Amino acid sequence: MLEINNLHVKVEDKEILKGVSLKINAGEVHGIMGPNGSGKSTLAQVLAGRETYEVISGEVLYRGKNLLAMTPEERAREGIFLAFQYPVEIPGVSNLYFLKTALNAIRRHRGLPELDAMDFLAWVREKMKLVQMDESLLHRPVNDGFSGGEKKRNEILQMAVLEPTLAILDETDSGLDIDALKIVARGVNSLRSDERAILLITHYQRLLDYVVPDRVHVLYDGRIVKSGGRELALELEKRGYGWLEEETNVGVVR
Amino acid sequence: MATASDKIQRLVDKEYEYGFVTPIEQEVFPCGLNEEIVRMISAKKNEPEWLTEWRLKAYRYWAELERAGAEPRWANVTYPPIDYQAIRYYAAPKQKKRPRSLDEVDPQLRATYEKLGIPLREQEMLAGVAVDAVFDSVSVATTFKEKLAQLGIIFCSFSEAVQEHPELVRKWLGSVVPYTDNFFAALNSAVFSDGSFVYVPKGVRCPMELSTYFRINAAQTGQFERTLIIADEGSYVSYLEGCTAPMRDENQLHAAVVELIALDDATIKYSTIQNWYPGDEEGKGGIYNFVTKRGKCLGRNSKISWTQVETGSAITWKYPSCILIGDNSVGEFYSVAITNNYQQADTGTKMIHIGKNTRSTIISKGISAGHGQNTYRGLVKITRSADYARNYSQCDSLLLGDQCGAHTFPYIDVQNPTAQMEHEATTSKISEDQLFYCQQRGISAEDAVSMIVNGFCREVIRELPMEFAVEAQKLLGISLEGAVG
Ligand SMILES: Nc1ncnc2c1ncn2[C@@H]1O[C@H](COP(=O)(O)OP(=O)(O)OP(=O)(O)O)[C@@H](O)[C@H]1O
Ligand SMILES: [Mg+2]
Repeated sequence: MLEINNLHVKVEDKEILKGVSLKINAGEVHGIMGPNGSGKSTLAQVLAGRETYEVISGEVLYRGKNLLAMTPEERAREGIFLAFQYPVEIPGVSNLYFLKTALNAIRRHRGLPELDAMDFLAWVREKMKLVQMDESLLHRPVNDGFSGGEKKRNEILQMAVLEPTLAILDETDSGLDIDALKIVARGVNSLRSDERAILLITHYQRLLDYVVPDRVHVLYDGRIVKSGGRELALELEKRGYGWLEEETNVGVVR
Repeated sequence: MATASDKIQRLVDKEYEYGFVTPIEQEVFPCGLNEEIVRMISAKKNEPEWLTEWRLKAYRYWAELERAGAEPRWANVTYPPIDYQAIRYYAAPKQKKRPRSLDEVDPQLRATYEKLGIPLREQEMLAGVAVDAVFDSVSVATTFKEKLAQLGIIFCSFSEAVQEHPELVRKWLGSVVPYTDNFFAALNSAVFSDGSFVYVPKGVRCPMELSTYFRINAAQTGQFERTLIIADEGSYVSYLEGCTAPMRDENQLHAAVVELIALDDATIKYSTIQNWYPGDEEGKGGIYNFVTKRGKCLGRNSKISWTQVETGSAITWKYPSCILIGDNSVGEFYSVAITNNYQQADTGTKMIHIGKNTRSTIISKGISAGHGQNTYRGLVKITRSADYARNYSQCDSLLLGDQCGAHTFPYIDVQNPTAQMEHEATTSKISEDQLFYCQQRGISAEDAVSMIVNGFCREVIRELPMEFAVEAQKLLGISLEGAVG
């Protein structure tokens, strides 16, 4: 599904990703953990095609294709979805209209007929149940004045509606109360299938209690310094990141 | 690396689509303006003595202002001095005689209208839109006239109204915008060559949108049309006006006057899509659009509503206004103005409250891109007699890029303590983050900009009649679906 080979990325002359390699197969859920500023969001944004980040070297293959050559919208239409750490507000554009435009752009790309207003509303209502979101949020401008938790839930709703092949969730669990966390987990789990893959960026192992990952990776100063099973998350929670420095011998100056 | 503003700039740099010239024979007057030219225009139109005299008075008033160098300069726009003697004040397509039906209209002319997207034939059949098409100075085809006549509605060219309904024209002409009103109104009053006239009798609800397309074709021709709409007691009319002009390197002057009169319980809805040639990317050429539009709510419970989508012209100078005289009368102004490249717009409205319980609403949306400069200038005046008057004003600006500008000059003059005034203003930009967010959901940057602009203009677009909303959508490059409904 996704294969990242020795990816180096810089922003404003500062190298942030210093050789990241990662392979995710269809059907798998991977977790990425790591201290603040280690480059997790950078990785997510580069995969989504953000131009601010410059790829110096390395390659990314998505379903066998050169991902880095695609525009952000092509990537989205090919099935990549990023739940943003900081969802963006778009005043004046209704959430419902935004989602419909997005879904139909993706459906057009896939040669499917566009959904009309009625069919679309039925489709969204179905998905709303999953995230237990108040319908009034559909008619408000995208994320405009949404609470932190509502924004995160809205990302999950979008994900559920767009049904991506590869979903990347950047700290979607941060700032959520325990009920909301369960809802997010349910949204993610319902997407899980043999044809899809999910990359969860998180600081807390508690999300991984609800969404059980196949692999967990530690991103530390722009490199993946350790990978393991779900028990690695528990260990990180207990011991923090310091011990990795000695064990993996990455010289980190901070 | 392309920045958000680069991307946006590419998207808004669409070529002007209506810049073709129709090669037909024209009858033109020599360049320049003097009493002789004014008399020639009046004679050409076979006008009664009183009108010729009115024109001459207007001309003399204007000539005085011109000599005194009193062309208005207060607007937030800059342009080189206009040489009024280098302009031609009359041009008309040569036709053997006035066409009696569409079939008699010059095929070249018809083709032009079709290019503009208003096939008269189709509109005639589609029903719902009656078109009075003004090609340069002479109205060439008026459809639906008979149907309207059955209801007692008069919808014809201004020249025709002068011949057929002189008493109405004489009674109302200049009653809202006197020739002494301003420099350009005086000029128009002296040389106006045609325009539209509407009269809706008592208690009649006009069953279709009345629509006029103005088009400037002949080179070096100023267009000075004059529109007069009278809605008698308890009547309703919705009037649409669309404008385009060919591309030329020299600037052309367009100085129109529109007068609206609403009597007791009458409503006039006036919608404009203005897409005159804006000049090229370097700011060469384009129309100077200096227009005086004003409505008088003379009667109790009357209402005048202006909606405008201004995308064209090199310079726009225009303040559709309402004088709210009748008690409980209502004035509305909904506006979208876009300035791109080197376009300049200084536009807004005046709401003059005189009657009791009068209400006005102003919604102005300015969008600037390139080096465009967009100014909102508005006056809300509550006179001493206007007890319990209310006004709500909202002025929003959207900047696409960092070379452009938005300016807001809201003037408020309240002389009655019972007035309720509300004013809101915002300025926003389309950010890189917003574009990326949309793209990450599969929406192209172009559609994302459209969607955001569309959302920004929604409150205005939804005021437009359906047919016009479609046109506005084409012009703004916005998608209709999000704006309507
Ligand atoms: N646009 C930018 N300009 C300058 N520096 C940036 C930019 N984006 C990221 N960085 C820097 O790159 C580093 C990695 O940032 P990133 O957001 O990827 O970290 P993160 O692992 O997601 O952290 P967190 O856990 O706090 O979300 C940080 O030092 C950050 O300041
Ligand atoms: Mg982050």
